[in-house]
Amino acid sequence: MKFLEKIVDKMEPNFEKGGKYEKWFPLFDGFATFLFTPKHTTKKGVHIRDAVDLKRTMNTVIQAMIPCLLFGIWNTGFQHYRALGLLEEFGFLDQVLFGAIKVLPVVIVSYVVGLGVEFGFCIAKGHPIEEGFLVSGMLIPLIVPADTPLWMVAIATAFSVIFVKEVFGGTGMNVLNPALTARAFLFFAYPKQLSGDKAWVNMELPDGYSYAENGTVVLNELGQKVGDVDAIAGATQLSRFNASIGAMKDKAEELGEAAGAGKEAFQAGVVKLGEKFDLLDSFLGVIPGSIGETSVIAILIGAGLLIHTGVASWKIMASGVFGAIFMTLIFNTAGVNPYMTVNPLEHLFAGGFMFGLVFMATDPVSAAQTEIGKVIYGFFIGLFCIMIRVFNPAYPEGMMLAILFMNVMAPLIDHYVIQGNIKMRLERLKLNTENH
Amino acid sequence: MSAKRESLFSKKNMKLIKDPLNDSNPISIQVLGICSALAITIMLENAFVMSMSVLFVLIMANVVVSLLRNLIPDKIRIIVQLVIVATLVITVDQVLKAYVYEVSKQLSVFVGLIITNCIIMGRLEAFALGNKPGPSFLDAIGNAFGYTWILLVVGFVREVFGSGSIWGIKIIPDDWVYHINPDTGLTEGFYEHNGLMLLSPIALFLVAAVIWAQRSKNRKLIEEN
Repeated sequence: MKFLEKIVDKMEPNFEKGGKYEKWFPLFDGFATFLFTPKHTTKKGVHIRDAVDLKRTMNTVIQAMIPCLLFGIWNTGFQHYRALGLLEEFGFLDQVLFGAIKVLPVVIVSYVVGLGVEFGFCIAKGHPIEEGFLVSGMLIPLIVPADTPLWMVAIATAFSVIFVKEVFGGTGMNVLNPALTARAFLFFAYPKQLSGDKAWVNMELPDGYSYAENGTVVLNELGQKVGDVDAIAGATQLSRFNASIGAMKDKAEELGEAAGAGKEAFQAGVVKLGEKFDLLDSFLGVIPGSIGETSVIAILIGAGLLIHTGVASWKIMASGVFGAIFMTLIFNTAGVNPYMTVNPLEHLFAGGFMFGLVFMATDPVSAAQTEIGKVIYGFFIGLFCIMIRVFNPAYPEGMMLAILFMNVMAPLIDHYVIQGNIKMRLERLKLNTENH
Repeated sequence: MSAKRESLFSKKNMKLIKDPLNDSNPISIQVLGICSALAITIMLENAFVMSMSVLFVLIMANVVVSLLRNLIPDKIRIIVQLVIVATLVITVDQVLKAYVYEVSKQLSVFVGLIITNCIIMGRLEAFALGNKPGPSFLDAIGNAFGYTWILLVVGFVREVFGSGSIWGIKIIPDDWVYHINPDTGLTEGFYEHNGLMLLSPIALFLVAAVIWAQRSKNRKLIEEN
């Protein structure tokens, strides 16, 4: 460590004002403070500094995401081999290896592109490098399907860093969550790669295997059947929910105006809803989905760390869950179509709800800042998420749009909370003066 | 006569043409006429036809209003302007339907909406009502081309990345785009058209990028706050 410190100290004069590489100071500063505690001292005012700086905060969030990442790597491989019916041939290590080959490049691309753009802006504008992207860079890989082409990840990352962060003034100034914006960009720009039943599970065969005509996989050398391709393995929970509405409509069309047609169609939808749905599976996370979003357990471990260290607000998480349950119960009471009968627990475990609520909604920059505001903000995220899911099958994942929408609304919520507080105190003052 | 012509292209009058192209661009600086810039820039051809329609309407309206400026009673001037602009727009609409039907179908209601285009009303109110026909003509040309170049830039980017073509001519071969090979059943290709480019909101980002580029080149345009 001493050795490294010496090198850094020796290099420093080159980067300072008047030095050879004056222009590159932000870059040097970024790396130097990444390795060692900054040497800046307070010049005026209070002289006690908290050890928790931006880097520590960011690092905590990244640590909280590690369970999701590790689980996602394994699950990517597991879903792949399960869909091909080759679980017996390829064990745990093969699954992890396959997942790592798929997932790690996405992580690397996201970091390289995002940090590259950020460094470029810092050098051009001459302000110090901030650590804001460390978290976004990890979030982006976790919320895309493992099979997303790398160049798409690169474009989306660059887009969100430029238009959501740098334009507004860099780290801490963004209105929207950058990682979610990257995903929204991908979702609208390349819908084929980001939605539908084919996007989630990689169906490429390992070397030496090929598809046979009857939907089975055969080993070329022996020519014998080794696995069955699972036809609906690629569907996510949410697309199954959506399919239930389709099933109901089909049945209704088939039956026409016949007596009791409505009831029978509804039943058909409910049957479709129950197909292959296992609450325990989605709690554990052994289901298809974006890399990091599937496992509720892994997310809860992360949530525990975030709440324990005080980095993320438990109020947003709690009120988000409450909002989702509230909306689901309203739908359950209405129960017009099978999707509305999905119970609250299934909604919470499906899709990216948990991941979004724990890691994205609590982003301290784009969330509401006031304590009452946080509760309102979280509540409406949960509420809108369920509403978008159920009402608009074209957008299966309501969480992304719900959070982005509430990001925009957060300053407004804060404004009214603060105004309300001012009003309350003014009135109290008036009362007090009247009494005297 | 010659003296008059000379004054028409004097330095002051030339400024009427140059300014709207850059320093007081109707879209990027005054932020007028945004609706049409968002709606009809999916294809370069549409953007061009739209720009030419606005060019025609703006020039004619500016000159006609300028000629009538001493006759129009102040209290009903907006109505008079609207009648003039509406007449011109309907003419343009009929011509488009007759000669470029396909494009006119895609432009749909937005040709009719030229009537309410803020650029046109703005120029009539701000310039034509108080100036002679000559300068009004130049002012109209300047503003129309200020509008045109932004539309063409936005249209170009959206067409290239959204549909992989320029003016309807494919520049990105279909082989490059992800597709399933019918012989092998495998997915081939390495490119995908950007679906976001086909949606209107992306034009906001592109116009914003133009504004950004323009202001970082020309620092005096940056507002103080």
